[in-house]
Amino acid sequence: MAVKKTKQTTKRAFSAQTITLMVNGQVYVLDVGDSAGGVESFNTLSHTLRETLGLKGTKISCDNGACGACTVIMEGKAVLSCKILTIECDGKSITTIEGLRNPETGDLDPLQQAFVDHTAFQCGFCTPGMIMTSKALLNQNPHPTEEEVKEALSGNFCRCISHYHVVRAVMSIADKGR
Amino acid sequence: MGANYRYIGKAIKRRDAEGIVTGDAQYLDDLQFQNLLHGKVKRSPHAHALIKKVDKSKALTLPGVKTVLTWEDIPDYRGGTPRNVRILDKKVRCVGDVVALVAATTEDIAEEAIDLIDVEYEVLPAVFDIDSALAPGAPLVYDEFPGNIVPGGTIIYGPNCLKGVVRGDVDKGFAEADVISEGTFGYENIPNALPPESVGAVAVWEEPDKVTIWGTSQAPYMDKVTLFHVFNRQVEVRSIGCQVGGGFGTKFTCWQVESYAILLSRATRRPVKVMITKEEHMATFVLRVSSRIHARVGMKKDGTLTAIQGTWYVDTGYYSFTTQAQVAIGSGELMIMAQCPNWDLKNIIVATNRNASGATRGFGGQELKSSFIPILCLAMEKAGLDPFEILKKNFVKPGGGYYWRDGQWYNFRGIDYSKAMDKGAETFGWKKKWRGWLKPTAVNGTKRRGIGVGVHGNADIGEDVSEAYVQLGYNGTATIFLCVAEHGTGQKSNYVKMVAEVLQIPLERISMTPADSLVTPFEFGPVGSRGTYAIGSAVINAAEDAKRQILEMGARKLDTNPEDLDTADGVIFVKGHPEKNVKWRAMGNDRTILGYGRFDPDFTMCNCMMSFVEVEVDTETGKVDLIRVVNATDVGQIIDPPGLEGQLNGCFGAAGIDSAIFEETILDRRTGHIVNANLIDYKWRTFAELPVIDNVVLETPFPSHRFHAIGIGEISTSPGPSAVLMAASNAVGAWLYEYPVTPGRVLKSLGKIGSNLRRDQGGTE
Repeated sequence: MAVKKTKQTTKRAFSAQTITLMVNGQVYVLDVGDSAGGVESFNTLSHTLRETLGLKGTKISCDNGACGACTVIMEGKAVLSCKILTIECDGKSITTIEGLRNPETGDLDPLQQAFVDHTAFQCGFCTPGMIMTSKALLNQNPHPTEEEVKEALSGNFCRCISHYHVVRAVMSIADKGR
Repeated sequence: MGANYRYIGKAIKRRDAEGIVTGDAQYLDDLQFQNLLHGKVKRSPHAHALIKKVDKSKALTLPGVKTVLTWEDIPDYRGGTPRNVRILDKKVRCVGDVVALVAATTEDIAEEAIDLIDVEYEVLPAVFDIDSALAPGAPLVYDEFPGNIVPGGTIIYGPNCLKGVVRGDVDKGFAEADVISEGTFGYENIPNALPPESVGAVAVWEEPDKVTIWGTSQAPYMDKVTLFHVFNRQVEVRSIGCQVGGGFGTKFTCWQVESYAILLSRATRRPVKVMITKEEHMATFVLRVSSRIHARVGMKKDGTLTAIQGTWYVDTGYYSFTTQAQVAIGSGELMIMAQCPNWDLKNIIVATNRNASGATRGFGGQELKSSFIPILCLAMEKAGLDPFEILKKNFVKPGGGYYWRDGQWYNFRGIDYSKAMDKGAETFGWKKKWRGWLKPTAVNGTKRRGIGVGVHGNADIGEDVSEAYVQLGYNGTATIFLCVAEHGTGQKSNYVKMVAEVLQIPLERISMTPADSLVTPFEFGPVGSRGTYAIGSAVINAAEDAKRQILEMGARKLDTNPEDLDTADGVIFVKGHPEKNVKWRAMGNDRTILGYGRFDPDFTMCNCMMSFVEVEVDTETGKVDLIRVVNATDVGQIIDPPGLEGQLNGCFGAAGIDSAIFEETILDRRTGHIVNANLIDYKWRTFAELPVIDNVVLETPFPSHRFHAIGIGEISTSPGPSAVLMAASNAVGAWLYEYPVTPGRVLKSLGKIGSNLRRDQGGTE
């Protein structure tokens, strides 16, 4: 359930504060409070990314930390953005699905391209979360085994059953340069 | 395979691929609207109650709240089959039933307002399963349905809608039988197809009687039709589809949530979005129908069926929209897989005080077969027959036939699927592994392996009407006008392939309209497996009609007959003399060439899938693991190899095979609350537990459309559950009677724990 609004405390306690997020290489300074475009104390990171910053590529499915659809990378690690309050992210560096393209060329990240090449999706709703989880894994462990890939993705819910295609796509990157 | 196509059968990047992997693909919740209000639903905590009083004064004073609607505020708008369910009523019929609607400037304010609405209920006694609903003197879910029996038949299947199967003489059939089995089996764990994207709509009302909706629907045009009737044929609906985050049939029934958005927009004169949460999705949106059958089966020593007699009980929850249709289709599907001269199969649709059942992949047939096949197994066990051989033998073949949904008999003109089944059995190693009934294939310490097989076929590949336009551009381009929202099958990209193949132009020269009922002709939607043959035919026909017109234009320019011409890459040429040609451009940029295509229903063919499964049962813990799956089918002609593979792998998800192993919606049958309405407590298969899967796909050309293909996707979930029950029973060495085969049920069948588990109460152990 959504966290209930406690207007008095949010407004008074934090009205003069700001937080700074670095999202996809861009710095955002956001007021804390209920001003337009601000961050309220109960806002989740997924809400802020989607509704405040307009980055709709991050999907919300269960909104309860169980499905992995909202996965983004924060400080190099895959995190569930629906289970993190934005005000806890002050000074953090965050990458979302929108930040994976090569900023110079605009080309897809090789992992995104692998998902395209292997048709590693059906309805696609879980795909941004799958890609971000896999990306974090590959950043930490460039040559994971198939078992490690499956373990990393075991918190990502997919109902169409694109799992097999996803594993192939991720392994095609993992196997490069092995 | 046979034909040499330029695009058909090739793995080509899906049109929406880049959008999906970059997050740019726009699902409903990603759309931006100016001045948008957010709607929330006040829901009942009681399974059955009269609303005595609603005090909305506190909610209305909350800043940001724009309207609160209860049953007293709206006309008598109704949906369902029959059309008896009010959008807002003075009676609630399940936990989570709608009591009031709120629109506010933010979601949080709307949610807060929900809690400020005071409702006084008079709680009524409730019924939560087939037995209590049918008991004499049971509380009535609807006064108009005595005995809680919902009338059969649905108007969209015509006046003779199939309501059961009566054929031949069952007494004679049983007299001829060598073995007769009898039993009661259920598939009553009401699993949830559970697409990751929940259900929602944005409505923009326009005075006096128009509304535009953007939805999560997998059949946007049908929402226009459904809502037109719900709103007493007084509202003109424009329905626009988005990228759909999974549907699996369930998103054919978004009409309630859409109605909420429409009513709130009409009340506020502003755009309103209602997007239900995952908890609401799991606790209040549609589930599989709950199915139980008591039946007798007569069989000869060689597996020939002589008689099928029984009553199929279908628990539809608090209302029905598609249940009668599922009963019709399910009954026909049983005939397809169990060719038998003598039938007396009745059914009873029962209303209970839980959330509604609705369309889900398998559409009645999966539910019926998961209940019926175990009884068939008892007959095969008695006769000592191999289930693979007998399921193969009794599946419809050329010369056979079946009653279908309109009550008519259809002679089957499809192919013999035996070849695909044999190939599947060979890939699986069935003959080597089968040891006989209730015998494990291997025992290793506490681990026992068992195998099972199931089959399913659906004549819905040619159901319902589709229409499409294909417009040719003078620059060698084409535009497809079609009301299809992409819900994961990749079919939108396949229609582009089909048009490209007919017109012989590059894929990138073809555009497609959004799924917008204001722009496109009628489309029933990609439900069942109708996408390839039914919708595909409309698109192909439209392209051929457009081609005919442009060849006529070319014939005038080249002073010849259209029959002597062909076209490729935007050039019309004389066959055999390509140097005699004229470009499409010759039609001029001030002319529109618009082809029209239509598909009318054809119930004479069905698809087929046989699933072989191997499970491993741990006799110490009772856990059942799925080790191996082989799916076997024949699709005539593969259109898109990776898309097809994805659809067949879908056998696990969407309340499919795993509904026999661990998936279930757990209803507390004392209070009517669903206790696992979240993605932690509702179990789903993870990456860490992927079985080995092989999909055997043959391509025997079908007499369908010019590419000889048929659809298959819908049914991949359906043969599996009964196959798992068979496999687990064989592993354990005793019959398991209930879905899913939880550790508790396995240990009980092994005699390792007591029998205090409550039967027929799926999941409440």
